Amino acid sequence: MRPMTTHIVSAFSEELEHLSADILRMGGVAETMIDQACTALVTGDQMLADQTSEMDDTVDAIEVDVERRIMRLLALRQPMATDLRAVVAALKVASELERIGDLSKNIAKRVAPLAGADVSSAIKGIERMGHGVKQQLHSVLDSYSEADAELSLKVWSGDEDIDQHYNSMFREVLTYMMQDPSLIGAGTHLMFIAKNLERIGDHCTNVAEIVHYQVTGTYLTSSARPKAPLLEG
Amino acid sequence: MTDQTAPTRATRPSSFNDEAAKKRLRKRNAAERRFKFYGMAAIGVALAFLVLFVFSIGSQALTAFSHHKIKFDLPLTAETVAPEGVGDTAAIAENVSGFYQLVRENLAERFPEAAADGRERELNDLVTRLAVLPMARATAENPGRIGETFAYSAALSDDLDLYLKGAVAPETRFKSGPVTDVMRTLQNGEKRIVLRGDGAFDRIVSEQAALRSGEGGTILLQSETSIARLIDSSPDGVSVELLTGDLAGFDGPRADVRVIPLAEDARNVTDRQIAWTLALKEDGRLSRGINWALLSNADSTFPEIAGVLAAIVGSLFTMLITAMIAIPIGISAAIYLEEYAPKNRVTDLIEVNINNLAAVPSIVFGLLGAAVFLNFLALPRSAPLVGGLVLGLLTLPTVIIASRAALRSVPPSIRSAALGVGASKTQTVLHHVLPLAAPGIMTGAIIGMARALGETAPLLLIGMVAFVAEVPSGPTDEATALPVLIFKWSTGAERAWEPNTAAAIVVLLTFMVLMNALAVFVRRRFERRW
Amino acid sequence: MSETENTRKDTLISQVTVTPSADTSGYATKVDCKHINVSYGDKQAIFDISMAIPERSVTAFIGPSGCGKSTFLRCINRMNDTIESAKVEGQIFIDGEDVNSDHIDPVLLRSRVGMVFQKPNPFPKSIYDNIAYGPRIHGIATSRTDLDEIVETSLTRAGLWDEVKDRLTQPGTGLSGGQQQRLCIARAIAVSPEVILMDEPCSALDPIATARIEELIDELRERFCIVIVTHSMQQAARVSQRTAFFHLGKLVEYGDTETVFTNPSDDRTSDYITGRFG
Repeated sequence: MRPMTTHIVSAFSEELEHLSADILRMGGVAETMIDQACTALVTGDQMLADQTSEMDDTVDAIEVDVERRIMRLLALRQPMATDLRAVVAALKVASELERIGDLSKNIAKRVAPLAGADVSSAIKGIERMGHGVKQQLHSVLDSYSEADAELSLKVWSGDEDIDQHYNSMFREVLTYMMQDPSLIGAGTHLMFIAKNLERIGDHCTNVAEIVHYQVTGTYLTSSARPKAPLLEG
Repeated sequence: MTDQTAPTRATRPSSFNDEAAKKRLRKRNAAERRFKFYGMAAIGVALAFLVLFVFSIGSQALTAFSHHKIKFDLPLTAETVAPEGVGDTAAIAENVSGFYQLVRENLAERFPEAAADGRERELNDLVTRLAVLPMARATAENPGRIGETFAYSAALSDDLDLYLKGAVAPETRFKSGPVTDVMRTLQNGEKRIVLRGDGAFDRIVSEQAALRSGEGGTILLQSETSIARLIDSSPDGVSVELLTGDLAGFDGPRADVRVIPLAEDARNVTDRQIAWTLALKEDGRLSRGINWALLSNADSTFPEIAGVLAAIVGSLFTMLITAMIAIPIGISAAIYLEEYAPKNRVTDLIEVNINNLAAVPSIVFGLLGAAVFLNFLALPRSAPLVGGLVLGLLTLPTVIIASRAALRSVPPSIRSAALGVGASKTQTVLHHVLPLAAPGIMTGAIIGMARALGETAPLLLIGMVAFVAEVPSGPTDEATALPVLIFKWSTGAERAWEPNTAAAIVVLLTFMVLMNALAVFVRRRFERRW
Repeated sequence: MSETENTRKDTLISQVTVTPSADTSGYATKVDCKHINVSYGDKQAIFDISMAIPERSVTAFIGPSGCGKSTFLRCINRMNDTIESAKVEGQIFIDGEDVNSDHIDPVLLRSRVGMVFQKPNPFPKSIYDNIAYGPRIHGIATSRTDLDEIVETSLTRAGLWDEVKDRLTQPGTGLSGGQQQRLCIARAIAVSPEVILMDEPCSALDPIATARIEELIDELRERFCIVIVTHSMQQAARVSQRTAFFHLGKLVEYGDTETVFTNPSDDRTSDYITGRFG
């Protein structure tokens, strides 16, 4: 993408920059939440887990603020073309990030019930998966800030790995629960955590699609995306 | 807080209560008032000149618009009035001397002393020969009046008219004391008439002394229809020369005294003529009325019967020809130049030349007219036809320039609109542009015509300065125009031409004002907004 | 990245599709302009513009001042003929007929291609005469009743009939600005043109009057091929199906309005419509 020239109305440019900065800030918080939720899970650190849950409020607050400012921008500036796409993208990315925040909070909340359960090997898998998801989010935020369609495309197609990860986690936890019925409670929590991470991955994909549209003006359709086959049974 | 902000505010240059700013403002306001005053002063000066002009012309003209007439009751005897026979009306109309004879006889009858003194000529000059012309014509039109008595008012001679209007000399009038005795004496071998009255003539003595030390003059004594000229005076008695009437009239009453501070040979009216006129006035035969002759008569060599009608008609014919030349050609040229002509060197040249033509002195057009129309085309001299052609050429550039300005002021959006619905160029011009420009074009044309109406120089050169005693009946007849008439009258030798000139100027100005008013009316009435 | 991954990505990109926007391709071309060059004296105003304008749709010309959009518009009904120094090259076909050819009289052309101007410019005549003028000079109406009918239908189509039916004899200049402009539109459609050119028809009007005109344009689209020059991008976006962006006498971008306003392909277009010009 060519370097952006500034608007004749400089306040308009400032508002757009402010908007993308807020999105990136929001993304940063969401990224930290994933990271901390996974760490809390691995270390069983309840305090860290509570702290992570509280961070969701920040994400929600930023989202409300972003939404309000986008409404104002649409009403007052009537953005066109690239600006219109940027504003609409910001609106959609904000809601995706808000969902990611919610899901991370949900993971953090499952730290307490898992305390004391002997599922360390499964948690290792979760940690790896969490790392991958975090990496996806990081990349897609990079692609957003750099307006890099190439990178967003890479994130978009990279979701396949997360799905495979999830499938193997699902299988592993299922095996644990079959072997030791006392682990069914903890296993269910683990399954939800894995599912949450997989959902976060999907949201990252959505963000990648949005970024791709914002930058190129063309739609990526989900049906064309490579997907790992759903595990049967 | 307030302590800190106050000084900052005071140092701001745009503060409302800053002393320096106030001073600047005062200076600016003073300059503004001064400028306004200059403008008002300029308008005041212009107005003062206008008022002065109108007043001087108007007051002079007023003198000319009224004049004195002598009433006659004349028995129209067939042998005098119609020596060729009652049936020959043409001869009657031409028989000025016959009618004039009646007037002369009438005057001689009233003032027998004129014949006795051999001063018939002096008496006859009270009425100009040609002043009886309307009577002759009226009689010719209605021959049945012959044999009857004709009540006719003839214009008083212009010089006496002016005397009565007080324009000859600043006359002083007063009454003497009662005359107690009238007697005839013989003094130094001359017959003298002496009026006596104790202390009745104090003032006359001093007035006569003043006249003698000055440029001379006449003192007249009047008692009803008896008028005498003062010869010598003392406080108790004056010796006089009887000019008209009888001496008995002076016995008893106070005499009216007129001091005319101008010697008899320095004026155009004799003492006797004045005496006769005053006697006629006393008879009640002299009346002052509106001088319709000024408007209804043609030009004459006698100011009292000269009128502007022929000049007005001549001007009208001239203007008719001018309008027929200048308006259609001017408008057509303007339309072509403004709407059709390509913008190139040739049209630029034409435009420059039209503008130059408008600035060419009018006398040059006169020379051109004389050379082309009179010498080359051999058109009649002194005719409104030629005058109109010359003035038409003179007005043409003005009309073209005014029409072009009017056409230019029509907004281009109207042209676009017409072209946009598929009107052709000519339809656009005729249906839309011309109607909108018409008020402006008409205004320009009327103003141009008004200018042409006042034009003198070119008409002089094509001979329209000729003396025309007949009202022209067509554009090829000999004619003169109003401004030329004014020019001619202003060069007249007799005093009476002066007020006549002013009166003619007033007539011309009236026409101009009317035309300008028409122009304003046309502009107001037909102006359209878009 | 491995060989296989690369191939897969290529196929992915090729699978990326663009959703088609409101389609005007179903309409035939009404006005086909081919290699139009216009110059005023030595100064060239239009550089080799070719474009096909579809019928029964609104095509908007946008671009900064002096970009040649009005000049190009005026080529279509040969209004440039009235400007002496203007020289037009190229061909413009309306229904396959070249309007610049010698056997087409501009006067007749203008009865087929109506025009509405920037400033409402009714004739200083009655409302009735404003409408009736065109049919009269073109001999469209033969009788008074025909003329009455044309006046009524034209005013009705222009949405003005109910407002002025009781004062047809009053001057058209006495109407409000928006009414005057609708009167001008009625005047243009009175001669039953096929194409209506509008040169910034709302620039002198308030937003309400503008909205009325825009609504009218949308209705007229059913019958006419409308080309509108506008300075307001929002207006172009609102009323048109196709948008052409002109810059420095060149046609920079021409496409479906939706595409032009959401995803312009040229950087200059993008800069202009996002307000980054200069």
